[in-house]
Amino acid sequence: MGQQPHYLGRHNPEITLGQKLWQLNWGMIILICMIASIGLGMLYSAANASFDPWASRQAIRFAVGFVMMIIVALVDIRFWFRVSYLFYFGALVLLVGVEVMGSVGMGAQRWIDLKFIQLQPSELMKVSIVFALARYFHGVSQEDIGRITFLIIPLVMVLAPSVLVLRQPDLGTTGMLIMASGAVFFCAGVRLWKFAVVVVSGLAAIPIGWQFLHTYQKNRVLIFLNPEQDPLGTGYHIHQSKIAFGSGGVFGKGFLQGSQSHLNFLPEKQTDFIFTMLAEEFGMVGGLVLLGLYILLMVYGLAISLRSRNQFGRLLAIGLTFNLFLYVFINIAMIMGLVPVVGVPLPLISYGGTVMLTVMVGLGLVMSVWLHRDIKISRHGVHDE
Amino acid sequence: MPMVHEDQDRHKGFTRRILMLSCGKAALLSALVGRMYYLQVIEAEKYKTLAEDNRVNLRLLPPRRGNILDRFGVEVANNQQNFRVVVVKEQTPDLMATLDALAKLIKLSEHDYKRILRDVKRKRGFVPVTVKDNLSWDQVSSIEVNSADLPGASIEVGETRFYPYGANMSHILGYVAAVSEKELTGDPLLELPGFRIGKSGIEKYHDSDMRGQAGTSEFEVNAYGRVIRELARNEGGSGREMILTVDAGLQTFVQQRLMSELSAASVVIDIQNGDVLAMGSVPGYDPSAFNLGLSNKQWNSLITNPYTPLTNKAIAGTYAPGSTFKMVVALAAMKEGIGALSHTAYCPGFMKLGNARFHCWKRGGHGTVNMIEGLQHSCDIYFYDVARRIGVDKIAEMANKFGLGEKVDIDLPGERSGVIPTKAWKEANIGEPWQGGETLVTSIGQGFVLATPLQLGVMVARIAAGGKKVIPRLARGYREGEKTVAYAVPEFEDLGIPQEHMKMIYQGMDAVSNNPRGTAYKYRIKEEGWELAGKTGTAQVRRITLAERQAGIFKNEDLPWRRRDHGLFVAYAPVDNPRYACAVIVEHGGGSKSAAPIARDILLETQRRDPARTPALPLEQSAEVINLAGES
Repeated sequence: MGQQPHYLGRHNPEITLGQKLWQLNWGMIILICMIASIGLGMLYSAANASFDPWASRQAIRFAVGFVMMIIVALVDIRFWFRVSYLFYFGALVLLVGVEVMGSVGMGAQRWIDLKFIQLQPSELMKVSIVFALARYFHGVSQEDIGRITFLIIPLVMVLAPSVLVLRQPDLGTTGMLIMASGAVFFCAGVRLWKFAVVVVSGLAAIPIGWQFLHTYQKNRVLIFLNPEQDPLGTGYHIHQSKIAFGSGGVFGKGFLQGSQSHLNFLPEKQTDFIFTMLAEEFGMVGGLVLLGLYILLMVYGLAISLRSRNQFGRLLAIGLTFNLFLYVFINIAMIMGLVPVVGVPLPLISYGGTVMLTVMVGLGLVMSVWLHRDIKISRHGVHDE
Repeated sequence: MPMVHEDQDRHKGFTRRILMLSCGKAALLSALVGRMYYLQVIEAEKYKTLAEDNRVNLRLLPPRRGNILDRFGVEVANNQQNFRVVVVKEQTPDLMATLDALAKLIKLSEHDYKRILRDVKRKRGFVPVTVKDNLSWDQVSSIEVNSADLPGASIEVGETRFYPYGANMSHILGYVAAVSEKELTGDPLLELPGFRIGKSGIEKYHDSDMRGQAGTSEFEVNAYGRVIRELARNEGGSGREMILTVDAGLQTFVQQRLMSELSAASVVIDIQNGDVLAMGSVPGYDPSAFNLGLSNKQWNSLITNPYTPLTNKAIAGTYAPGSTFKMVVALAAMKEGIGALSHTAYCPGFMKLGNARFHCWKRGGHGTVNMIEGLQHSCDIYFYDVARRIGVDKIAEMANKFGLGEKVDIDLPGERSGVIPTKAWKEANIGEPWQGGETLVTSIGQGFVLATPLQLGVMVARIAAGGKKVIPRLARGYREGEKTVAYAVPEFEDLGIPQEHMKMIYQGMDAVSNNPRGTAYKYRIKEEGWELAGKTGTAQVRRITLAERQAGIFKNEDLPWRRRDHGLFVAYAPVDNPRYACAVIVEHGGGSKSAAPIARDILLETQRRDPARTPALPLEQSAEVINLAGES
């Protein structure tokens, strides 16, 4: 360490547990609690002013998730660095597991029943892929990133779960996996023209991929392209969602007063369409407040990634933040009819266990990056270079 | 050191990339905000309307149909509670079990089962399906008592039109029934399930008055159409209560009296104001049956009945008036200067016109008769004689003045105008020139002449009123809430008949009934001061053939019913200072002797009850005048 005196001016990267607790990003925690509280309020409303069956269970999940988040945040980032591939492979194995079980069962199989929670490996994969890619790119030098050969491994790491998730079939998650990975690739410094190539070839593949879609998936896309086509059939969800959304107006109909939601015109109001309900009951003001909270949370993520002194932390924070952004953007765009209905929940708000846990773990990791921002990790995972 | 530099380079590039990424995110989030603004501000009104449309359903509440009252305020049509048992599928663990349990209490046919199951399938689970309508009290209470064994079944109360006088007033009141496809006007009220409208009689003529204003109920529904709560309710307005001129008691008497015959009709009119006090037509039918729903069998028996119970013969039956027409001919003759007493005719029993012989009803003839004797004996030859002198058009002119040949415009649908022939009429309708002999036939109310019993009643009312244009009416007024309104009675126009002429007619009609040699002396009213003055009439429904005449078959009683003569009688009473006019027709009664005793009994009962002088339901006078028939 002696040969890097300018680093000595900074505080000691190794801090005690007590210090860690003190340095925890409390602003971020408050934001998270605020968003989750809004979510619980909406679940209470969705059940017609009842904590059962959703709000109470979601509260317990949030509590469990909160503890997990804090623990994850306190764990040394070097530990996370070491186990990142393990995480990735674990998630991949689980994905293969549901694939096998799914082929036995009927239709779309997305979860493993662990009794206390129905685990969706695809949700875990959203965190794990960022984890694995961050670790990979941490170990690749600036020059090597320019070489195509160095991109083969991470591409495989992305494509393997993507294909598995696509087969479930889950378009939304597949899209999120690819886009979150793309963000990590992008921030890792992969050349822009390579993205262009991927995007162009991706667009070219659309007509081929179209044939592999299920009828209901095709319908969703068609409805998206022509929303007035069938307002009582396939387009019912999005049509009713837009009515609920629009009828909320600027200030909304008031808490528990959403006619669309409470009279069951709005489908899936406790899960994917919960933001619609919020927008119906609290109007544009309510929607903007929640969106603002999310943006603040993302700004925290960005700031943390910029502040981190190791590439693993940066990429991890940026990837997870981007993940959060994708959840929020796709969900809200979907319910407003901007993108096809793909089944992406609203993080911390929508009812659902796995998403809550993975999002909380993700946020915990971001906090861990913050707490261990000054720790340097060598290319190959050794602390001191 | 290269490590550190590299990391710094990496950090720089990373920061640049993060900035680009953030710009992208910001752009996408702006799109979200823009979309929110578009949906919630720009398009908000549209979506608010759509949300309200989703949420709020409007249901029409059928108004209460106005009752119909007789002239004294007696209800002759009202609404009765109608109990029905309904079943809600959602509330039954086993629909069939509930139905089977119900079938033990009320009879349910195979047909009922089929209909119920079909309705249950068609409607959503929470919509009540009618199991059985019009339950008796016993059935209602047995269902209530056993309700524990009948999950999902419940009693609902509706309203059904009820006619306390049944067949006695069926032709005046008509009936209500479900709206047919053709009757839909776009008024949503008519499309309500179970809504009923007037199909004939007063129910039809004053349907819009009695229907009332539909109320509305706004209620909130959820996505499955289940009613959550009522948001607003606007009770409509009940329909008007129509107040008739009819005396329900007299009407019952008339109808019952007519039932001594197979098929007959009668009207009783107050000559001072045109109030129709009774209007009978036999046979009648039970109007409530239409409301409850007729079986095919019942319907078929009604429409195939040879005595046509569905036709109101008083207004829609047209008959040759026979000799009851002779007053009109006499008045026309007097107008043309033929003196009632000075002009006589010799009746040998027939009259020759060209090669044809026209018979008097009396084979031996009446000898020399003047006009009064001509009426008294109903001598055909006298009227042939005067008719030949004045021509058919003069007769028609007078007949029209007395209400014949055109609709009376009473408050009933289906009225017919009858026929009063003229030369022009024959040219136009038959396309042949008028024959001299037809004038003779017309003069005794045969041939082309056709009139309804109501027209004959109006004719005799106008005679009794001294040549005033009495206009009959069935509605005295109406009641709407606390307000009662009377339709004004117009001042009846004078027909311009000299009173001396009228006196001749009165003498003739008086002689018919009260002169021992009059044709209806046998059927006079003996009570002093109540005597009637009348005129007999017999309408042939076929020509008596020469063969029959020679074979001696002349008696109506020996002929099949369809071929017997119609019997008619028109009369007014009391003979001095007349007040009531009456016309009776007995289809195929075999001659006037069938009708005269009925008319006598009716006029006797009318005077006994004296409805025109009994204080009727008090009504406030209004400026509103209806029933100004045919006068403009």
